[in-house]
Amino acid sequence: MAVEPVGSLNRTDGGLRTALVLTTVGLAAALLAPVLAPGDPSALGEAGARLAAPSSVHWLGTDPLGRDVLARLIHGARVSLLVGWVSVLAAMLCGTVVGMAAGLGPRRLDRALMALTDLFMSFPRIFLVLLLVSVSSPSLLLIMVVLGLTGWMSVARLVRAETLSLKQRDYIAAARGLGLTPLQVAWRHILPGLWPTIIVAATLRVGGAILTESFLSYLGLGVQEPTVSWGGMIQMGRGILLDGWWVATFPGIALAVTVIGYNLLGDGLRRRLDPRRQGGGQHD
Amino acid sequence: MLPWLARRLFQSLLLILVLATVVFAVVRLAPGDPLNRMVDDETGAADQALIRTRLGLEGSLVQQYGRWLRGVLQGDFGLSLRQQRPVADIVAEAVGPTLLLTASAYALHLLLAVTAALIMSTRPGRPADHWLQGVGLALYSVPGFWLGLMFIMLFSRYLGWLPAGGMASPDAPFMGPGARALDVLHHLVLPMATLALGAFMGTARYLRAALDDILAQDYILAARARGIPERRVLVHHALRNALLPLITLLGLSVPFLLGGALVVEVVFGWPGMGRVTIEAIWARDYPVIMATTVLTGAAVVLGSTLADLLYRWADPRLRLPDLGPAEGRSTGGR
Repeated sequence: MAVEPVGSLNRTDGGLRTALVLTTVGLAAALLAPVLAPGDPSALGEAGARLAAPSSVHWLGTDPLGRDVLARLIHGARVSLLVGWVSVLAAMLCGTVVGMAAGLGPRRLDRALMALTDLFMSFPRIFLVLLLVSVSSPSLLLIMVVLGLTGWMSVARLVRAETLSLKQRDYIAAARGLGLTPLQVAWRHILPGLWPTIIVAATLRVGGAILTESFLSYLGLGVQEPTVSWGGMIQMGRGILLDGWWVATFPGIALAVTVIGYNLLGDGLRRRLDPRRQGGGQHD
Repeated sequence: MLPWLARRLFQSLLLILVLATVVFAVVRLAPGDPLNRMVDDETGAADQALIRTRLGLEGSLVQQYGRWLRGVLQGDFGLSLRQQRPVADIVAEAVGPTLLLTASAYALHLLLAVTAALIMSTRPGRPADHWLQGVGLALYSVPGFWLGLMFIMLFSRYLGWLPAGGMASPDAPFMGPGARALDVLHHLVLPMATLALGAFMGTARYLRAALDDILAQDYILAARARGIPERRVLVHHALRNALLPLITLLGLSVPFLLGGALVVEVVFGWPGMGRVTIEAIWARDYPVIMATTVLTGAAVVLGSTLADLLYRWADPRLRLPDLGPAEGRSTGGR
């Protein structure tokens, strides 16, 4: 597989550069939140500081409980990125295992696994997520598990297709001829060839997972107070769109910028890594 | 064609049955008695027994499943716990608004996508191309519920041009039929625009790639050489062929449309299936949750069956026996 070395990063690829800046800023905000944030995100303000408009004291204003919006925004990055990455990694793990098993296993297993994939794909994802959330009490872990459980299907299909094409290569036949067990072939010779596909697919899915989490938190079905989430912040500003426009506006911008970052990163990585350079969106 | 259709329909029906089973299993096999998620300590024993009956919780799990599935097949989803009336009625009222919203949003999204694809494809690398791609990416990455709130903030609360939510004004019952239809359209503008704007770029990117391919073909060169005006070449020769695969996309867009509609319906209080689902989840109204989940799943299955059917109809090569469905058929944007 001809993968261009990343060292030859095309200097005119503005999309990838923007993506790296945006995702790094988000990551820095999440990791360094206690240092960067101006004060405690949960500290209730005094009566006078409730729903204060953006000013030199509170750069992005305060919410109806007097909490600093900027501090909450920076802390909110933690939930979004944690849920985005962990749920996507879980989905990637499931999808890769299922896809490789279908691609390498006997025909019967392939059929069964693909039927299962089709079955899960026939629910609109958000309905499946809501069904699963509705039978348990909301928590951060639950959201990550549910998003992982509902996000693996398209990955399984991609991985299966790529596995089927890798399987035909001569070096795989050679590896088999040398007496490697099927598991060894899968692990040492198929999986490395799948990495570009997997990395691109993962990056392109982080944004979607972040958006779904924010919607669940907006509905009150996701992360619960006192954990700060951007979706929860938007929910708080929903009823005060005129008098407190800053409460709902800024978390939405933060979400959009983060998701744009990951979508651009995915597109940029695809241009560099994906041997097939498939066009069109890969989002789900 | 006919045996294929019969087999496909049978598969679809089977898939819907399995779907219904999965939904039942998720709700019933989740840890804890479903009853305990509905009642608190203050609910009396008589009420608990009543709710148990309403939920169809008597008898063994297998009996419950049989009873539920038989009901579903007859269009009977039981009684809503919150609204004390048949789930089928609640759902029936919600189907129309969702259809109106998704169909109009799909039409608008297609219009936007075709326009954007034509602009991008005829001006590759120029400012209009870059600009559209940027705007499209931004709209694609913005949370739909937040975009809806921003529209409400701007067009409803601030400018006062459009209603903030619902499907009809409070005085709608006293209007004539024409005025009432206009009133609904007035309420439709913001939800429709929110749904279409979040979606069109996926389709536009797909169409643009198709157009780029087609515009490089010899028959386009031949058409241009014959002196056919560029506009006619674009619309009659290129766009028509690029739009053909969209027939399939329509069927495959169902899950995305329903998912998007759910988000938009919640923000705008549009009385469709999505809103019904969310309200049922807040109230832990399981009969309603199960019904809407099964029905949306069924809509998706039927949509993809329809997509296959239309694809065969549109592409005669697939009608030959033993060719099977096209490999690598792209689903395009979301």
